[in-house]
Amino acid sequence: MVEETPWQQALRYANRANPYPFYEELRKTPVARQPDGTYVVSTYREIVTLLHDPRVSSDPRKCPVPAAAPAEGAVEAEAEPITEAVISLEPNIITQDPPEHDRDRRMMTPHFVGPPHSPHLISDLEPEIRRIVAGLLDDMQGKTRIDAVDDFAYPLPVTVICKVLGVPLEDESRFHRWIETALDALDFGPEAASEEMQSRLAGGRQAVQEFGQFAADLLDRYARQPGPGMLSALVNEDGPEERMSQGVLASNALLLIFAGHETTVNLIAHSVLTLLRHPDALERLRHRPELIVPAVEELLRFESSVQFWHTRSALEDIDIAGTTIPKGAPIFLAYGSANRDPERFTDPDVLDLERRDNQHLGFSQGIHFCFGAPLARLEVQIAVGEFVRRVQNPRLVEDPPPYRHNQIFRGPRHVLVDIDGIRD
Amino acid sequence: MTLRATVAELVREFRASGRIVIVGASLAGLRAAETLREEGFTGSLTIIGDEAYEPYDRPPLSKQVLKGWVPADHTKLPRMREVDADWRLGVAAVGLDRDTKQVRLADGEQVPYDRLLIATGTRARQWPNLAEAALHGVHTIRSRDDAEQLQKALAEPPSRVLVIGAGFIGSEVASVCRELDIPVTVVERGSAPLVGALGGVIGEIAAQMQRDHGVDLRCGLGVSSLEGDSEGHVRRARLSDGTTVDADVVVASLGSIRNVEWLEGSGLAAGFWGVGCDAGGRAFDINGVVTDSIYVAGDVARAPHVLYEYQFLAMEHWDNAVFGAEVAAHNMVNLEPHYRPHLLLPGFWSGQFGVNIKSVGVPPFGDEIVFTQGSVADRRFAAAYGHRGRIVAAVTFDHGKWLEYYGKLIEQSGPFPPPPVGWDQPPDMKPVPAEFPDPRVPTAIPDVVLTGHAPSERTAEFRPRRH
Repeated sequence: MVEETPWQQALRYANRANPYPFYEELRKTPVARQPDGTYVVSTYREIVTLLHDPRVSSDPRKCPVPAAAPAEGAVEAEAEPITEAVISLEPNIITQDPPEHDRDRRMMTPHFVGPPHSPHLISDLEPEIRRIVAGLLDDMQGKTRIDAVDDFAYPLPVTVICKVLGVPLEDESRFHRWIETALDALDFGPEAASEEMQSRLAGGRQAVQEFGQFAADLLDRYARQPGPGMLSALVNEDGPEERMSQGVLASNALLLIFAGHETTVNLIAHSVLTLLRHPDALERLRHRPELIVPAVEELLRFESSVQFWHTRSALEDIDIAGTTIPKGAPIFLAYGSANRDPERFTDPDVLDLERRDNQHLGFSQGIHFCFGAPLARLEVQIAVGEFVRRVQNPRLVEDPPPYRHNQIFRGPRHVLVDIDGIRD
Repeated sequence: MTLRATVAELVREFRASGRIVIVGASLAGLRAAETLREEGFTGSLTIIGDEAYEPYDRPPLSKQVLKGWVPADHTKLPRMREVDADWRLGVAAVGLDRDTKQVRLADGEQVPYDRLLIATGTRARQWPNLAEAALHGVHTIRSRDDAEQLQKALAEPPSRVLVIGAGFIGSEVASVCRELDIPVTVVERGSAPLVGALGGVIGEIAAQMQRDHGVDLRCGLGVSSLEGDSEGHVRRARLSDGTTVDADVVVASLGSIRNVEWLEGSGLAAGFWGVGCDAGGRAFDINGVVTDSIYVAGDVARAPHVLYEYQFLAMEHWDNAVFGAEVAAHNMVNLEPHYRPHLLLPGFWSGQFGVNIKSVGVPPFGDEIVFTQGSVADRRFAAAYGHRGRIVAAVTFDHGKWLEYYGKLIEQSGPFPPPPVGWDQPPDMKPVPAEFPDPRVPTAIPDVVLTGHAPSERTAEFRPRRH
């Protein structure tokens, strides 16, 4: 049997709770060619270089992601990975190169990120976010055991993103199921070939399609009858530039609904988990609540919500770190590893809430820098800050907790916490 | 005690109880003070500034402040840490005596130092005719007070603003005027706006941008005189082609003058071009010999740059003030081999006419330019400057996120033209001359002469040119 590469080991489900020892091994070869022809980049400096290199494409149509090896005996069609289903949607800002990427992101920016067009857009959400967080904590009154994922981390971002985008909150259970199904079917590791994963694929593909249809229907509705939120604004945009096509709009809507909460859920869950594992840090944050701003940055570095990204490829031969990534090769950028690179961060495995010069890659860099970063920061700062302030004597019940299947959006499925009570 | 131990003890003692004076209370002065404390300096720290204000940020002055978005007094620089300094604000340094190691202040006081940091920056070049410059309605923009006065004048609003000089400040002022819907005329001696900083090819794009936004742009012309009314308010400008422009606000954006006059007679290499220093911020004396106790940072500093054939560069860039100050401050409380060099890749930004302009490297060092990304027609592009087959600078219009890439190429002395990007390529990727103005223009730079005969008395001297 061929020995697995550190990258393949890092992607195994058994290592989901702690991929870091494998990342450490992986970083010994900053740009590591994998058996399937993918180049995995794991060191901070090299990732930053490639994020800013205009010879790197983000458009999977230009260089398809390698298909996972089909399971023994699986029919060819069944081996089509879930990513193909995603790609079959129209492009969105994350799978587009300039100039299309720039144009579409430019059109979306004023309705979401805020500055310079609407500088108060995000900050004006603060009271609403505080209200939601307070409500979630109030609901824990009287309980002695909570699930920091289901009871806390999940409900906040989903409520906020629905409000910002204008997605009816009552549809939440539907798209939540599609997202879960799709994510559970999306595997980049050696287990992708397993029978179990192969059997999940069909469901995952269907979920993506239904989700896409849901987004398209929603946009149709707003085209006929404008409503609140960003999606309606985009459908009815009457700016100087050509409007996005319905397909591209639907694809971006799907992206925003998905990315607008999935990553934030994991960040809040990981923040709680990490702080409970580091009682000193938790105490310090309790006594100095103003540290929440650098603390969230450190938590994001420590447990990156997006562990790696997979749609980039080389449009030319690129020489980097003594290796040539050949034209046409897929490139995986391992943010989770870069954020623990000792060449960039002193004592990277130490949680330091006051870390200086913490330019982590938790939101990436370059033109694809996380569109939702300002909103995510505000949500997590409030949520984690209030959790620390109000939850009395929280204790982890199970460590490590069970993890979700997907490797990119890595996060715990549940974080059970025993508590003494909730302060006012 | 060994020599090494003695030196170490001296450094410790200096950090504990030395006296450091910083002349200049702006961005560089403040960041230097913070770095000194950060590095463990606990001795006495005096910061001298001729303005009455605590350190404030200048980039917003010609943009947000003029638009009326931000009051001029809301531009105070954030403090990174306590500096515990003796602030002497509102009093200028007027002299330096290196023999007795004292800075002389305008109020007659003498401030002694063990180590001195010069961070006196630059000031706006005033309209040269003093009587005309004194007319009501004639402005320059450099300080907080300048910005506040000009903002008030723009809020009136004036019937027309005349901007003299289309460098970055002049162009930003013109842009603000158009945003406020004020008619504006820009008169520029060169062939186009921004031509000195970015060359004629980019200048032509900037010119079109101004005209598209309704600026009455007149290039290749000078202003001969300003005329006022009986109440001493400016009303009209006479241009070098004999035409006139009626305007009730005039902004002279004629570049800057380095604040070095107070160093006259100090024997430092201080003059028209700034204060010469090594890449570690240590000032040169007039003979080109490095000093031990005097450092320079910010706009007033002029140091050799390794990437640009070791030419002495003065950089009026925000980053240069910050990083130059950090390096100088570090070196002030350390000794060899712990000195650090200030090896910044120059870079600046400007916002005008809705476009974010950024540059990295030293564009005027290049003689060719090539468009590498995006579209000139859409005013969203990146372009690279080359010199003898290597990339020396890049400029972006609304493409700033790509500067990091070009910065890395410049740092590595990458090829020019640079490797083609993978997408979004402009139709024409052929390098063309960048069209910088001929550098052989006459200036008022003083002569330096050598005096003395014996090697021990041989020395240099400034002989200012007088007209």
